[in-house]
Amino acid sequence: MSLDPIKLRQDFPILSEKIYGKPLVYFDNAATTQTPTQVTDVMVEYYNKYNSNIHRGVHYLSNKSTEGAENARIKVQKFINAAHSHEVIFTAGTTESVNLVANSFGECYISEGDEVIVSEMEHHSNIVPWQMLCQRKKASLKVLPFNDNGELMIEKLDELITDRTKILAVNHISNSLGTINPIKEIIDFAHSKNVPVLIDAAQSIQHKKIDVQALDADFLAFSGHKLYGPTGVGVLYGKEKFLNEMPPWQGGGEMIQEVTFEKTTYNELPFKFEAGTPNYIDIIGLGAAIDYVEAIGLDAIDAYEQELLAYATEKFNAIPNLKIYGTAKNKTSVISFLVEGIHFYDMGMLLDQMGIAVRTGTHCTEPVMQHFGIEGTVRASFAFYNTKEEIDALLAGIEKVCKMFGVKHA
Amino acid sequence: MIGEMTINEIQEGIIEEFAGFEDWMDKYAYLIELGTDLSGLEAQYQTDQNLIKGCQSKVWFNAKLEDGVVKLEADSDAIIVKGIAALLIRVFNNQTPEAIMNADLKFIDEIGLKQHLSPTRSNGLVSMVKQIKMYGLAFNHKANN
Repeated sequence: MSLDPIKLRQDFPILSEKIYGKPLVYFDNAATTQTPTQVTDVMVEYYNKYNSNIHRGVHYLSNKSTEGAENARIKVQKFINAAHSHEVIFTAGTTESVNLVANSFGECYISEGDEVIVSEMEHHSNIVPWQMLCQRKKASLKVLPFNDNGELMIEKLDELITDRTKILAVNHISNSLGTINPIKEIIDFAHSKNVPVLIDAAQSIQHKKIDVQALDADFLAFSGHKLYGPTGVGVLYGKEKFLNEMPPWQGGGEMIQEVTFEKTTYNELPFKFEAGTPNYIDIIGLGAAIDYVEAIGLDAIDAYEQELLAYATEKFNAIPNLKIYGTAKNKTSVISFLVEGIHFYDMGMLLDQMGIAVRTGTHCTEPVMQHFGIEGTVRASFAFYNTKEEIDALLAGIEKVCKMFGVKHA
Repeated sequence: MIGEMTINEIQEGIIEEFAGFEDWMDKYAYLIELGTDLSGLEAQYQTDQNLIKGCQSKVWFNAKLEDGVVKLEADSDAIIVKGIAALLIRVFNNQTPEAIMNADLKFIDEIGLKQHLSPTRSNGLVSMVKQIKMYGLAFNHKANN
């Protein structure tokens, strides 16, 4: 199984753009992936031909839109192998998915003195909602640490989990270090102590085949825009058992069954958790993105990205004064680095001048930066449409910046 | 201030200087040079109070009023940002609070810095200018009361 990045690049018009007159090298895929015309075409078609508010519409257009959005739900269900399509809740993105669980599950199951566990390498969106919950409920937030390679110290789980632990929230892949965490092992261990697990799959859904049933994940969250889909749409997968017991988080249209001023009864799953008009055209776009990714094949995507990662890692390691943060054995195509004597922001600004898009700063993982005692990093993250030639362009760019700063490069 | 250049005259000088650069690399090399040469701030002034919020890099400005003019010092952990701070110091240092308040900063646009440093959260330039203008406002208020 292999893929042809040159051919696939043609699906992404933005990749042919020039930045300050130079060809764009897009290495900010961990922040957002680009969207192929196969996805935008579907969305434009819906806007131009079928746009109409979904559900309960009596007319043709509303039925078409409803069908599109509900088909997307089934595509998501199959993509992550959920047992039921009503276990797929559409949200605005990973952040909203985590907030939904922190609020609704938190309301239902967490009380004073209870504990929530997150890892030291979580994105802020898998820390702050839990922190807010713990403050509200007078519960405590505990942290599973990682070692200096950026690998979770899962042996510590045994002492961290107590009979007050109510949920464990951990990412599948770290956005700032690239570490692939052994989530199956984590879930199995947590379950042996009766602790449910939420997986933040924002950084893995585009790289790894995910099977929520095989993992036995209780909740799993991801975003459309990191899966070559549109922005503003995401998914919360939750086990039926929990979703049925959990109270609605937001109130409004769609999520109700019957409303009187005395009492409201709630709709069934998944609508109970989808208050207001759903973001249906983006949902349809997400469905198209899943079709697109599946046509290429996640295995082929993963294999090629691993090739890019291995190539880049070897070259980066040969640069003196350059340090990679995140050296786990099991990594995805993310390289976070610093060159001694060059601030990440200076590096990012100068690479930008060469048309190379990288991300700089803390990557919304300040605790990770605190672990290493740094203020931030430069992060290059690769997708299947990137090439070794582009990695060479980045290496040449870094060399140029080193020269400008008088830092030894080779 | 007799004998001192006005903010506009200084800006003209900077614009002229930058017009001589042929490409972006020369321009940024010059900013790196300016940043390296700026003496910076002593640790005691690198306080949270002097820290400019909203920058990816750390930028500190220290200002005081002496003989009716504002004295500015700055530092940053990023050299290019420090170079930009050096340009701002060149423009605003030794100017009256009133002149700082009323200054029209055209040089940023004209030397092509604004297009490269868009007014996003990661960009310190907008925040730096805002902070300096705040100093101007505060010192002006103090002088008139």
